[in-house]
Amino acid sequence: MDKTVNQKAWFLILPVLVLVAFSAVVPLMTVVNYSVQDTFGDNEFFWAGLEWFEEMLGSDRLWNALGRQVLFSAIILAIEVPLGIFIALNMPKKGVWASVCLVLMSLPLLIPFNVVGTIWQIFGRVDIGLLGHTLAALGLDYNYTNDAFDAWATIIVMDVWHWTSLIALLCYAGLQSIPQAYYQAAKIDQASRWKTFRYIELPKMQGVLLIAVLLRFMDSFMIYTEPFVVTGGGPGNATTFLSIDLVKMAIGQFDLGPAAAFSIMYFLVILLVSWVFYTVMTNLDKEEAR
Amino acid sequence: MIGLRQNDGAGAMTLELDGVTKVVSGRTHIHPTHLTLERGTMNVLLGPTLSGKTTLMRLMAGLDVPNAGRVRWNGTDVTGMRVQDRKVAMVYQQFINYPSMSVYDNIASPLRLMGKSEAEVDRAVRKTSDMMKLTPLLSRKPLELSGGQQQRCALARALVKEAGLVLLDEPLANLDYKLREELRAEIPKIFEESGAIFVYATTEPEEALLLGGHTATLWEGRVTQFGPTPLVYRRPADATTARVFSDPPMNFVPCVKRGHRVSFGDHANAPADGPFAALPDGRYMAGFRANHLSLNAHSGSAVAFPCKVAVTEITGSESFLHLNHGADRWVGLVQGVHDLAPGTEVSVWLDPAHVYVFAEDGALVAPAAYALAA
Amino acid sequence: MARITLSKLAHSYFPNPRGEADYALKEMDHVWEDGGAYALLGSSGCGKTTLLNIISGLVRPSQGRVLFGDRDVTDAATAERNIAQVFQFPVVYDTMTVRDNLAFPLRNRGMDAAYVASRVDQIARMIGMEAELGRKARGLTADAKQKISLGRGMVREDVNAILFDEPLTVIDPHMKWELRTQLKSLHREFGHTMIYVTHDQTEALTFADKVVVMYDGRVVQMGTPQDLFDTPEHTFVGYFIGSPGMNLLEATVEGNRATVAGISLPLGASYGAQKGRVQIGIRPEFVSLTAGEGLPVTVRRIEDVGRHRIVRADFNGTEINAIAEEGTPLSPEMTRLAFAPDRIGVYADDWRVAPQGGQMGRAA
Repeated sequence: MDKTVNQKAWFLILPVLVLVAFSAVVPLMTVVNYSVQDTFGDNEFFWAGLEWFEEMLGSDRLWNALGRQVLFSAIILAIEVPLGIFIALNMPKKGVWASVCLVLMSLPLLIPFNVVGTIWQIFGRVDIGLLGHTLAALGLDYNYTNDAFDAWATIIVMDVWHWTSLIALLCYAGLQSIPQAYYQAAKIDQASRWKTFRYIELPKMQGVLLIAVLLRFMDSFMIYTEPFVVTGGGPGNATTFLSIDLVKMAIGQFDLGPAAAFSIMYFLVILLVSWVFYTVMTNLDKEEAR
Repeated sequence: MIGLRQNDGAGAMTLELDGVTKVVSGRTHIHPTHLTLERGTMNVLLGPTLSGKTTLMRLMAGLDVPNAGRVRWNGTDVTGMRVQDRKVAMVYQQFINYPSMSVYDNIASPLRLMGKSEAEVDRAVRKTSDMMKLTPLLSRKPLELSGGQQQRCALARALVKEAGLVLLDEPLANLDYKLREELRAEIPKIFEESGAIFVYATTEPEEALLLGGHTATLWEGRVTQFGPTPLVYRRPADATTARVFSDPPMNFVPCVKRGHRVSFGDHANAPADGPFAALPDGRYMAGFRANHLSLNAHSGSAVAFPCKVAVTEITGSESFLHLNHGADRWVGLVQGVHDLAPGTEVSVWLDPAHVYVFAEDGALVAPAAYALAA
Repeated sequence: MARITLSKLAHSYFPNPRGEADYALKEMDHVWEDGGAYALLGSSGCGKTTLLNIISGLVRPSQGRVLFGDRDVTDAATAERNIAQVFQFPVVYDTMTVRDNLAFPLRNRGMDAAYVASRVDQIARMIGMEAELGRKARGLTADAKQKISLGRGMVREDVNAILFDEPLTVIDPHMKWELRTQLKSLHREFGHTMIYVTHDQTEALTFADKVVVMYDGRVVQMGTPQDLFDTPEHTFVGYFIGSPGMNLLEATVEGNRATVAGISLPLGASYGAQKGRVQIGIRPEFVSLTAGEGLPVTVRRIEDVGRHRIVRADFNGTEINAIAEEGTPLSPEMTRLAFAPDRIGVYADDWRVAPQGGQMGRAA
């Protein structure tokens, strides 16, 4: 007997590999297939090469949707990350209230996405929604179906409500790992609250924050259900984000070719950003381990 | 399944490491090592942190596989054998017990896994807990016990399965000084009763000396010497072993022998007696331990070294003198309380019989005369 | 620098302590002189860390007052007390360089940049880290980080006291020597009040001018290392200091002789009649194995520790240890232990009994 390592493990993951192949790899290949071909229906396909890609890259529609998407993700991150950190810093660390807080914070994360959309859709209605009605009663001209700004505001607030807890909980976990001695040392060094945050808490939370930001970026970049349920992409195309636009193209207009090309590029962008995050994260880990 | 129980096989029970090497990511953690450990011996692995003690123990246990070389138990090659099949017991620095089980269940767990009857289990548990002085605590949970008691529980669990090989990785390092002393005095007694091969890793030379048995000194992944502990202490094979096996650190001074005189450093000059007598002329490194420096000349052949005191530390009945001899920093351990102020010029005496002579590359050229006499 | 006074100080972690057993620190009055190097020595749970945290302000005592000089600081926050503390685990700000770490306390108080720079250089030289000032603190070894913690504590000139909470725990044995002597040199040079908490008697005795031994929340003895070694006031001090600790035997004492299990031994002084549990104590350094007069024992083991040997003997079930210097002959005919009479102490109910008459009980 020469090695204690054996190859049995491969058999254990075979089912997973098959599943992933079936549900992810094969459809992906299909999309790639569509993106380089043209069809007029009737299952007839003609090779189109990179034509769709060129068309997409030149299309204003795509760039506009991309612009809206990037703006949306940026705003989301700019609000949710500091807010999440702030909440995490102020959540109680021990005792009954700690458990209560944790439960309350987890609730929004458990709600299915379209239910979230529906909640806010009704919430914001001027006639029967609590929010809409109150704002109207206060004399504000609020209407998310007509006004682009209001639509954006509603979707952003909805997303913040939905997802800030994730960042808060992740940061909270990161904070728990800081030994008391560090806080004591900061007190002894007469460090202000801000400095304690900057030099002790933030560095220790770096790892979790990076994960949190990566997750939030990816999710917000791919957002579909919630804005679709609330505004349907309107008014006009004010809240038509990338995935909504993509679906419109693929299913609404049945432009499979461009839609497929669009999908591929979308996928590549997300892949690129994730790879950047991953590299940064592993570099940080290496530094930590040294 | 080859069990490594103590009573297996006729006659000697040996653990043999034959050219065992461990390389991780291009860095050699263990250089090719040859060691033979005999049945019923206490073997100490002595070396600083990161010298390879834990890695070597893991290779002995089968938790890691060597990149080269074989591990043999009683002549049988067990290199690829899983650790579960080997009946090895291991005790760690952090007191590792099953937190949700009582002390009784903790100690019983290895036996129950082996499928012993409850009567046998009970007998073995009670015998071991008596030995470890845990009998009044059998129904408690480990986290309710003090550090020393938790470690005793871990030790009991290791001993109860009567493994042929018991590995202890700095087990007393997390305990208070006095507790460490007490447990350390008990370990040799337990060891005598058990008859297994014990391997004990530590960073402290004094622990090695107190445990006795055999010692292997490790430095940067290499075993520099292996032998009966007093022998390794008194006759180190090279300067590295001498350094590892000295606390306070061994003092070194370069010396030159010419004809019938030896000059130490820049100052002292002495007749070439003792270990120097038979040496050829040349440059050497003289090494001596702190406790051989004295504030008065005990013997006629003692050599005086003028030094300046850097700092003095009193331990109640003895004093540590930290001295500057030219550019060298020496530590002397002298009897009595001598509270010398920093900067004091003082002469310290050294009997050449206590000097080890090393070649400039570290190999031992002549052991100290007193060591040969002992 | 300040003189620290603890007045009628006691502390309990329970909100409503009922008896003495509920107190982690029993009532004490204690003064730490300005510029002294003290060690607080005791086993885990004896209250030494609680005491340290009360002095630094991290714990508010349930009773009593803490004074720095003449100022009552019992209610003052840690930041106002101007103390420095070095913890068991190196606490450094990972993202900052060594220089920024050392400068941190000064910058927090708004000191001017030139002063900060010069002070940082001075401290870096003291701890031997001038070469590493520009490096990030994250990748350094444990002892380097502890040196930085120490440096950060000393960088403020007006620091009242420097408190150490078992600082050498994570340090390798051969680095411990270096750090210990550095601490001692620093104390000599700068004269800060230093209080060093440890359970390791070697660390305590080598560092401190005065050692405070604590047991079960009480200060049992305070004295120089030599005092603690020669005249332990409590059997715990005798046991805790010295490796191995003091030997204790049940005895009856009359005049200048002690009787142990029927055998009479000479004492160095005369004692009156004793009440309570009477024991005699003698350190292994003053017990010798001999073939002549003495206590008959069975030698269990002789351990060779290099510079001396420890003889572990058994007398009617009680363990007695003796230390034989290197070179002292030991042979199997030696079955008795002789005690140096002037080194035997008498203890009643664990506390040392002073001898009667003028003789001090110990040969000068």
